[in-house]
Amino acid sequence: MKYLKLVITFVVTIVIFYVFNTKLGSIPPIGKFLDPAGGVWQNDQEETIDGNVNIQGLSAPVTIHYDEQLIPHIFAQNDLDLYKAQGYITAKHRLWQMEFQTHAAAGRVSELIGSAGLNYDRSERRRGMGFGAEKALEKMRENPEAIKFLEAYRDGVNSYIISLDAKTFPVEYKLLDYEPEAWTTKKTTLLLMYMTKMLAGGDNDLEYTNMLRKFGKERFDLLFPDFFDVNDPIIPKETDWSFIDVEITKTPEGELPLDTIPQTIEKPNPDNGSNNWAVSRAKSTTGNPILANDPHLGLNLPSIWFVMQLSTPEYNTMGATLPGALGVISGFNNHIAWGETNATRDVLDWYKIEFKDTTRTQYKYDNQWRNTSVRIEEIKVKGAATVIDSVIYTHHGPVTYDHNFMSDNEKSGYAMKWVGHIGGNNQGAFLALNKSKNYDDYVNALKGYTAPAQNFVFASTEGDIAIWIQGLFPNKWKGQGKFLLDGSNPEHDWQSYIPQAFNAHTKNPERGFVSSANQHPVDKNYPFYVFNDGYETYRNRVINDFFNSKDKFSIDDFKALHNNNYNLKAAELLPFMFDSMDDSLMTSEEKEIYTQIKAWDFNNDIEKLGPSIWSKWYSKLYHLTWDEFDTEEEALMSPYAYQTIYLMKTKPENEFMDIVETPEKETAQDLFLLSFKDTVKELMEWKAKNGDYNWQAYKGTHVGHLLQGLPAFSRFDLPIGGDRNIVNAASATHGPSWRMIVEMSSPPKAFGIYPGGQSGNPGSAYYDNFIDDWAIGKYHELNFLHDAKATDQIIGTQTLTPSK
Amino acid sequence: MKTNIINFVITIILAVLLSLYLPWWSVMVAGFVSALFFSLKKAAVFFVPFLAVFCFWAIYAFIVSSANDFTLAKKIAVLLPLGGNPHVLILVTGLVGGLASGVAAVFGKQLVGLVRK
Repeated sequence: MKYLKLVITFVVTIVIFYVFNTKLGSIPPIGKFLDPAGGVWQNDQEETIDGNVNIQGLSAPVTIHYDEQLIPHIFAQNDLDLYKAQGYITAKHRLWQMEFQTHAAAGRVSELIGSAGLNYDRSERRRGMGFGAEKALEKMRENPEAIKFLEAYRDGVNSYIISLDAKTFPVEYKLLDYEPEAWTTKKTTLLLMYMTKMLAGGDNDLEYTNMLRKFGKERFDLLFPDFFDVNDPIIPKETDWSFIDVEITKTPEGELPLDTIPQTIEKPNPDNGSNNWAVSRAKSTTGNPILANDPHLGLNLPSIWFVMQLSTPEYNTMGATLPGALGVISGFNNHIAWGETNATRDVLDWYKIEFKDTTRTQYKYDNQWRNTSVRIEEIKVKGAATVIDSVIYTHHGPVTYDHNFMSDNEKSGYAMKWVGHIGGNNQGAFLALNKSKNYDDYVNALKGYTAPAQNFVFASTEGDIAIWIQGLFPNKWKGQGKFLLDGSNPEHDWQSYIPQAFNAHTKNPERGFVSSANQHPVDKNYPFYVFNDGYETYRNRVINDFFNSKDKFSIDDFKALHNNNYNLKAAELLPFMFDSMDDSLMTSEEKEIYTQIKAWDFNNDIEKLGPSIWSKWYSKLYHLTWDEFDTEEEALMSPYAYQTIYLMKTKPENEFMDIVETPEKETAQDLFLLSFKDTVKELMEWKAKNGDYNWQAYKGTHVGHLLQGLPAFSRFDLPIGGDRNIVNAASATHGPSWRMIVEMSSPPKAFGIYPGGQSGNPGSAYYDNFIDDWAIGKYHELNFLHDAKATDQIIGTQTLTPSK
Repeated sequence: MKTNIINFVITIILAVLLSLYLPWWSVMVAGFVSALFFSLKKAAVFFVPFLAVFCFWAIYAFIVSSANDFTLAKKIAVLLPLGGNPHVLILVTGLVGGLASGVAAVFGKQLVGLVRK
């Protein structure tokens, strides 16, 4: 009996230990997690922002002042110390995020969350994310200084990681029950790949190919023209391109492979985009150029941005940094300000690969057999066996789709050619911008930058404004890479690149302002092939109309434009719809809602009902129009909003308007009424469930935690208007991730805010303290310090001292 | 009654000291060890160390978190989910620690019984 009791109590003790020490499903190891001495309670406090910290390898002490927004102002004696301190301080506030984002880039999410992450990880591996990061590192090794900077940053991050123990790990590590690993230089290149994928990793070549085969060239061109009928490009139309003495690549003879492709890998969010603009001295109320930037990205906590001031005796710069990368990405110094929007060019193409046999060791190229190579991808999976995925590489790039992945032919596949695999020192451009003093420095800084291609806006205290569309762009023949290419035909390879000096740009244009909002970079006169591959068509026109509307602009005008909710898309379609709607066919409920939307002024303001009705109505109408594209058999994509609306207005009787399922022949006008009735029904259901459908409630903008949007660490129902295709581009989960305005006075006067907070710790008051002000369109003035002397805005000062 | 108090005090002291050097299961060690040396009877075998560690963990959690306005505790109480109430989270914390310690103490008591026979 005694023994039995002993055994039972022993077993119970072991079970309790096991259960409290192990992560079970989504429940963290509860004993370890709730232990006040080492668990999550230890994170319920603010970071120390004063005192001394010893850091190995510093050459001189580094001073870090924190202002009341918890923005660190770093004063170092040289570049190496500066980047080391940047690494240390960024890790101190954002370590988990830095590591998580680079794990996501490398396709290592399964390691943390188990087999639920496997499909995602496989597509990242097959996209060649690790391959691209290694290529980038190889290129950077050619420049010893660049590598030294990366290493300094790495050492800074690692000094912080070494100072941690199980007790002081960030909350997310405790929640998922794992530990941070050492930072490496490759992780910085992985972070840059993460951005490259986000901003230059999209394409629709395979969908276009399916549609070209299905609909024929004429109908395809109607749906996806190279240029829309309106175009207000980034580089003004009147620009003279006669200085370009290189010709467009000649179109080769021969056919494109018109395969049927069943499915494609997940694409980056098409709303990833941004606004930037600058006005000249003459167009500024104060006589100083003013510049603004607001990148539109997924709204997440911790935010993708971390604001810092970085300073050495040689230069002094401030702005938004990317945790994991060096320097300031969107910001200013005493002489210049700069910002980016995505250039959205087609720099990702697909090649059909024909293997010699099922061993796939050789593929056809130029009527010969060439050898393939294999990259073994080992994907660790939490709580399950490691998965091995072998990816075949050709001279084009990785064979992403083969019989192991989304395809079934053992003797063929599709290889990806992507600028992201070419490598380049894309970190260097930003470090050079940080130090630039004038237009020439800015142009030199950008020269080697390859990807993701950006529209770099510029303004200087000297009074120059400019915009360069910078990236590495293949000089394509007309139509090249819009569809699947033949991987065995050398003429289908990228033949050359557009010489950097011929990248589209403009300096001090006559109109007195430069702007970009992810629209078409150029008009048809630019000598190289550029086609509409998802260019935005609304924000740019609102922005340019605004700057053409009067003579002078102030910082307040800039703020107003950031927060401009005018819905040009609705304004271009709704009046046309109203004309054809017959309200005698409506129920009284429908009439009421019809009256509401007719009274709408096309502004997506939070208290209005119009935007909610429009949003539902347009989405219903869009899906009803493109019902032909709703198939599981092959990958298709429905046309862009602009062309959709253009066709409704100019070809309302086109057969695409017909609903395939019904015997009747519908026109656009029929679709308006049908989709409206559906809209009313669904809005009423929504109202019964959620209450008033004002735009704030209906849109429900929220900022979700990076880890699967954990509601506990997220913020919901934010009072912000706007939507996609609106200058204030805040949709439900996406929008202005950093708003910056800089006036080029001496010293510059700058404002900035982002939907998050400087601390990555959900236990900090600085975790999400910018969100409320961001939502209502307020800005915080950035305290740009002249020197290492603390001012009255400083709430804490920390010194990093060299350790012996 | 006296042994109860002694056991209670010893368990807390041990738990606090061990928590400086060992992970969370230090409270199991504390319950186990005090059961070896300060043998209790019946339900007290479990409940005295349970209460001791319950108090230690709950008070410790309260002190840490209240100094930070329960900023994180409120969020963890949504995550777990405990209705967003940090005080419930403190209660659960105490229960978890107490349970672990109490169970280990019962095991310790059985071991002592065996050795003594």
